Amino acid sequence: MTTLAASRPTTESHRARGLVPYFLLGTWFGVVLTKSQVVSWFRIQEMFRFQSFYMYGVLASAVVVAGISIRLIQRYHVKTLDGTDIVIPPKALGRGIRYWLGGTIFGLGWAFTGACPGPLFALIGSGVTAMIVTVAAALAGTWLYGYYRPRLPH
Amino acid sequence: MVAFLSQPWPWYVAGPLLGLFVPALLILGNRQFGFSSNLRHLCAALAPGEVAFFKYDWKQSGVWNLAFLAGTVVGGFIGGRLLGDPAVPISARAHATLGALGIHDFSSLVPRELFSWSALATLRGSVLTITGGLFVGFGTAYAGGCTSGHGIAGLANLERASALAVLGFFAGGLIATHLLLPVLLR
Repeated sequence: MTTLAASRPTTESHRARGLVPYFLLGTWFGVVLTKSQVVSWFRIQEMFRFQSFYMYGVLASAVVVAGISIRLIQRYHVKTLDGTDIVIPPKALGRGIRYWLGGTIFGLGWAFTGACPGPLFALIGSGVTAMIVTVAAALAGTWLYGYYRPRLPH
Repeated sequence: MVAFLSQPWPWYVAGPLLGLFVPALLILGNRQFGFSSNLRHLCAALAPGEVAFFKYDWKQSGVWNLAFLAGTVVGGFIGGRLLGDPAVPISARAHATLGALGIHDFSSLVPRELFSWSALATLRGSVLTITGGLFVGFGTAYAGGCTSGHGIAGLANLERASALAVLGFFAGGLIATHLLLPVLLR
């Protein structure tokens, strides 16, 4: 009984410690997003107006580096830090409606706010605190999707 | 080094650094890079209601994601506030086009005349901030991913679903930019 009670806080703190690397990686993500200015409404407008190569260069080089990394991980059977296999679950295509229709709706919001979900939070950190309202609206949007999900075509 | 840190980073630095989040998360714990799942986790944590989509153990599957999110806010403070110049060196053509649409303040990461607490009192500011957020939240949940999950991780893994989603991102963005914004900003 006593050992059980004593062991519980240890596993809790162990779990909390496991989150630190994700927090640090998220911090680096916020720095990269703001320093590269892909969080900027100006950059997103410039992209959708085809008036600069900048965003296309960012996205294309990100995809190439991520793609090569995935191939290398698969080729050399790289494991996670704790030694388990790395498995990337495939995305079910289905009829595909959710992807192009959901994507189009997100695209409208991307051009309106100039930010996708990650940049929204990075912008709040950088001092654009009015984006808290956008985050609240985005949560409402996600909630509405969850509510109407059974009736939407996927 | 200090000079480099205080300047906006070029695309060929930013893009590869963003791409490396995919292997970093896989190696750290077999996690898939994708930010918008946080919105679902937050709904599940704050207001699951009676909605099946939010009835899952978010503490089990989503806590690492929320820790990443907390870091992103801190990183935004470091990169956007502590390190250097927030003015964005967009092309002269983009500057001219946006100027013609009535944007005058190019001094920070976002135009403050559209995205600030005072701008929320204006019609165009509130429409962009609030309906924009609704579209982002609804669309990413519907599509099952955003720029990170579909645009980077999904395309890198040659997912047809992600290619469809990214075509959608651009269709929506082009419609909003070329058809809706000229009306809204007038």
